[in-house]
Amino acid sequence: MEVNILAFGQIADITAKREWQIHDVRNTIEIRKKLEEEFPLLRSMSYMIAVNKKIISEDVQLEEHSTVALLPPFSGG
Amino acid sequence: MENKSKYHRYQRQILLKEFGVVAQEKLLKAKVLVIGAGGLGCPTLQYLAAAGVGTIGIVDFDVVEISNLQRQILFSVEDIGKPKAKVAAEKLKAFNPEILIQTFNTKLQGDNALKIISDYDVVIDGSDNFPTRYLVSDACVLLNKPLVYGSVFRFEGQVSVFNFGEDKARTNYRDMFPVTPSPDEVQDCNEAGVIGTLPGIIGTMQANETIKIITGIGKALSNKLLTYGALENSFYEVEVFPREKSNLHLPKSKEEFLSTNYEWLCNRDAAEVKEISTEEFERMLDENNILVIDVRNDGELPELIDISHLKIPLHRLKENIPLIEEHMKVVVFCQSGIRSVKAAGLIFEATQHENIFNLKGGIIAWKKHQDRNMVPA
Repeated sequence: MEVNILAFGQIADITAKREWQIHDVRNTIEIRKKLEEEFPLLRSMSYMIAVNKKIISEDVQLEEHSTVALLPPFSGG
Repeated sequence: MENKSKYHRYQRQILLKEFGVVAQEKLLKAKVLVIGAGGLGCPTLQYLAAAGVGTIGIVDFDVVEISNLQRQILFSVEDIGKPKAKVAAEKLKAFNPEILIQTFNTKLQGDNALKIISDYDVVIDGSDNFPTRYLVSDACVLLNKPLVYGSVFRFEGQVSVFNFGEDKARTNYRDMFPVTPSPDEVQDCNEAGVIGTLPGIIGTMQANETIKIITGIGKALSNKLLTYGALENSFYEVEVFPREKSNLHLPKSKEEFLSTNYEWLCNRDAAEVKEISTEEFERMLDENNILVIDVRNDGELPELIDISHLKIPLHRLKENIPLIEEHMKVVVFCQSGIRSVKAAGLIFEATQHENIFNLKGGIIAWKKHQDRNMVPA
C-alpha cells in the first residue's frame, strides 16, 4: 500500500523533503514509527498528523493513496 | 456631519451588498485586542484601523529595533528604541482619528491576561513565543472569546480561529497541540529567520478573519488550520476536532489559570541554567580557562569570529559531550539564547560540572554588544 507524506515547517527541515511516498504501512502508528526510524530527530519534535486533511487524535487506519500531513506548531510572529 | 464623514471613509466596503451600513456599525462598536505589535500585529492593526474597528487594544512590551523594519511595517527608523505599542498607537491615530486605541506597554502574563482580555470582543494572537500562545489560548477558552491565531516560520504561516461557532464543536490551540513544546524543538523568527512579506500575508488574513467574525459575513476559519507556503504559493487546510486530551491540559478555572506557569512549561530547563550577560562574557574571555561552544546547526550565521570555540549542534550534543576540565568555565551560545539553555542543561546532566553558562541573547546579543563597544579608529 502506498501512502503520500507531506511535511511542513521544521519537520521538512529534518526530512529534507516536503512530499514523498512510503509503502507497507497500515496505520498512523506504523507511519510514526517508520518515520522516526528514518529520521531520529523527529522523536523529540511535537507535530500533529492529519490524514486526508483531518487532524487525528488517535490511531487511524490508512487506505491506498491516503495523504498524511505532518504539521508542527510555528511560534514566530 | 460626523456620521457622514464616517460613512465616507468606509464607503468602499459599505458598497458591498454583503457588508453595508449594518456591518460597518458592528465594526465601529467592536473591541478587538491585538497581542504583539510585530510582524503579524502591524498589518493586522493597520487593516483593522482602516476598516473602522471602533476600539483597538495593543499589547506589546518590546521596543522597536532596526531588524524589525524588514517586516514590521508600522515602524520607521526614527522609532528605533521606542515602545512598539506606543508608536503603533500614534501611527494608527494619525491614520484614523475616529477610532479609539488603547495600549498596554507590558508583557501579557498570568496575572494580567484575564483582566486585559475580558474587556474585548475578539482577540488576535500575533505573539512570537509559545508561552504567550498557550497563555492567550487558555485565557480565551476560559473567557469564551473568539481568538484569531496566526504564526510564521521562515516561508510558511498558519492561521486559525478558535472558540468560535457552534458551542459543542468549538476548538482551540490545544486541540491541535495539546502540550507546550520544549525550547529546543522550535525556533522563533530570531532563530529561524522569516521572509518579510509572510507575516504581512498571515497578519492580513487574521484581520480578515476578525472582520468576518465581527460582522458575521462569510465563513470564519474555525475548526480549521490553514497553512500557507510562500515559496509555492500553496494553501493546505486541515480540519480540527475537539479532543479529550486537550481538555486534560486546559486550566478549568481562573484560579487554576493563575497558578499555571506558562514560561516554565515551555522553558522547563531554563530555571536550572546559569545565564551570563554579554558584559560578563567579555570579562570571562580575559581569563584563560574558558570553553565556548556554538550549538547552532552548521551554516547558521553570523559566525563567532576572533574567539576560539567548538561547534556542536544541539541535536548532536548528547552523543558528543566535550571533555571539560575541572577548573574550566563553559559558555554555550546559539542564535538568541533559547536552544543554548537546553544545551547547557544537557552538558550539566552529563558532567555535573558547576560552571556551565548560557550566553543570554545568544550571538545576536553578542554582536550588538561588540557594535556598541567598538572603538572608532
